[in-house]
Amino acid sequence: MGSEITRVSGHGIPLKGSDIDTDRIIPARFLRCVTFDGLGQHVFADDRQQANGQHSFDQPQYQGAEILVVNSNFGCGSSREHAPQALAKWGIQALIGESFAEIFFGNCVALGIPCLTATPETVEQLQTAIATTPQLSLVLDLVAQRVTGGDRQWPAHLADGARHMFLGGTWDSCGQLVANVDQVRATMQHLPYLSWSAAS
Amino acid sequence: MSKGTLFDKVWDLHTVGTLPSGQTQLYIGLHLIHEVTSPQAFAMLRDRQLSVLCPERTVATVDHIVPTADVARPFADTLAEEMMQALEQNCQDYGIRFYNIGSGNQGVVHVIAPEQGLTQPGMTIACGDSHTSTHGAFGAIAFGIGTSQVRDVLASQTLALSKLKVRRLEVNGSLRPGVYAKDVILHIIRQLGVKGGVGYAYEYAGTTFEQMSMEERMTVCNMSIEGGARCGYVNPDTVTYEYLRGRDFAPRDETWDQAVAWWQRLRSDADAEYDDVVTFDAADIAPTVTWGITPGQGIAVNEQIPAATELPAGDREVAAEAYRYMKLQPGQPIAGTKVDVCFIGSCTNGRLSDLREAAKFAKSRQVAAGVKAFVVPGSERVKQQAEAEGLDKIFQAAGFEWRGAGCSMCLAMNPDKLQGDQVSASSSNRNFKGRQGSPNGRTLLMSPAMVVAAAVTGQVTDVRELL
Repeated sequence: MGSEITRVSGHGIPLKGSDIDTDRIIPARFLRCVTFDGLGQHVFADDRQQANGQHSFDQPQYQGAEILVVNSNFGCGSSREHAPQALAKWGIQALIGESFAEIFFGNCVALGIPCLTATPETVEQLQTAIATTPQLSLVLDLVAQRVTGGDRQWPAHLADGARHMFLGGTWDSCGQLVANVDQVRATMQHLPYLSWSAAS
Repeated sequence: MSKGTLFDKVWDLHTVGTLPSGQTQLYIGLHLIHEVTSPQAFAMLRDRQLSVLCPERTVATVDHIVPTADVARPFADTLAEEMMQALEQNCQDYGIRFYNIGSGNQGVVHVIAPEQGLTQPGMTIACGDSHTSTHGAFGAIAFGIGTSQVRDVLASQTLALSKLKVRRLEVNGSLRPGVYAKDVILHIIRQLGVKGGVGYAYEYAGTTFEQMSMEERMTVCNMSIEGGARCGYVNPDTVTYEYLRGRDFAPRDETWDQAVAWWQRLRSDADAEYDDVVTFDAADIAPTVTWGITPGQGIAVNEQIPAATELPAGDREVAAEAYRYMKLQPGQPIAGTKVDVCFIGSCTNGRLSDLREAAKFAKSRQVAAGVKAFVVPGSERVKQQAEAEGLDKIFQAAGFEWRGAGCSMCLAMNPDKLQGDQVSASSSNRNFKGRQGSPNGRTLLMSPAMVVAAAVTGQVTDVRELL
């Protein structure tokens, strides 16, 4: 399942700050739900309220943007998939940042959202370029591991495992995992604890 | 690349195969689910017409949204009630063991699985909650996952994962009086940073961890994720085995000896190779308090809030943001900071030993005027055991409220929340902006004993003054 993702193109949206955690991306009170529908409108709810219209997700020039450019350790904290779901439902299709927290990165892979890393200098240049020219068209090339914006290019990186999954269209791993049920059962034969439980 | 560590051995034993992407398909021995991150996973299963491959390997409870004062159904919060009903229905539809409120076994998922002996050495454990790292205290490889991965585990009992590197964190020596497991992990995160562990599993080793009880080890492993490490573990030893002996799901009789022998073999070899080794001295660790908006922004209780210039260049912007948000000044001592709310509980510090230690300090003291203080046991069993020991009476006599089991104000998905810019002294794990239910609420993380010290003095206080 899933389609091949070799490139993402669109407009950028800069979001400055390191260690932006998933509680900030989607505060816990919005997790009181049984579907992911409607999370897009609440993305960064408290940060936006406090920024009084000056948060980039509220600024008119970034409405409709697809590529979010962040600093380091983005998505740290809780494992809530509601965070990338909220970003995706707002319209984000890919991220570029100095670094990402691991669970957040994995959750993005499962949703077909590539998170590319770049040097702090590249991130700063990209954030500045987007702020200066919000209509700048960006192309994120997963094959070449490169970002293009106008006549400029920046190197970006995607971990091999995730990159192969996007390029091969296997980022939605569920079908693949289920197909290997015989091997799963074979592995279970070697795990003694599966038959140890006293209570049943 | 690491070799001969417990992580390597458990990873290899659970490897189903290598996926075309190069990732490992890893078998998950125990899957824990709760009401927040599972309903969408079940919906995805239904959409794809998939079933649950090993329902007997999944255990469910309800914890995040549970009110701690009134659990009568339906819940006053209709959204919480809807989540509760979805979990009940899903467990019924797929034949999954569910520990509901009032069963005597309900509680925070990371408290109930260990106390029932579900968590065992050598297992792989996954749960849609980042504090799943807690279970590593038993020598299990346990990590938090997102909802799509919850779906994957339900459907295939496996996950697609890339292997982590292993960092050995060695702490040696005895902790000084008034210094707890919570202080050890806050100290480690302060030193290595909140992203220092990204890409690593943490192996906690050395005499300090060897001397810890299982509950203390759980406190340490619980916060691995706050240091960026998706999982953390302690090699199993006699402390582990003695904790497990006789618990509901622990092996018994002749399988007990087989189990111990198997667990012994999984320990990291004496000549194991690590990707990194970092060493700390227990004597350097003091009661620690966070002053900022990340768990790495911690200091000893007798220190001053650092100036941005004293911090690594990469941490200065977040520090500046923290001074503003917390309304604290660099150079100001953290001791003496006034607190409004005191919370004892959570998967970090909501176990019986935490409550016993907190009660020692609460005994014959009084919560300061104007401070709201409450204790939320980690599980129904913890609550029942604490009451059998009379801890509830000690807390109540001191002016603490005594509540029912759940996650409560660790993340404030239930009615327990900060108001406005209240300051909370909290035994939980995250001091993120807005974490405890008010968009400008302020959280100071500390050990349960330090929370009591704050409660009875109305301000951040060195618990050693109360010894």
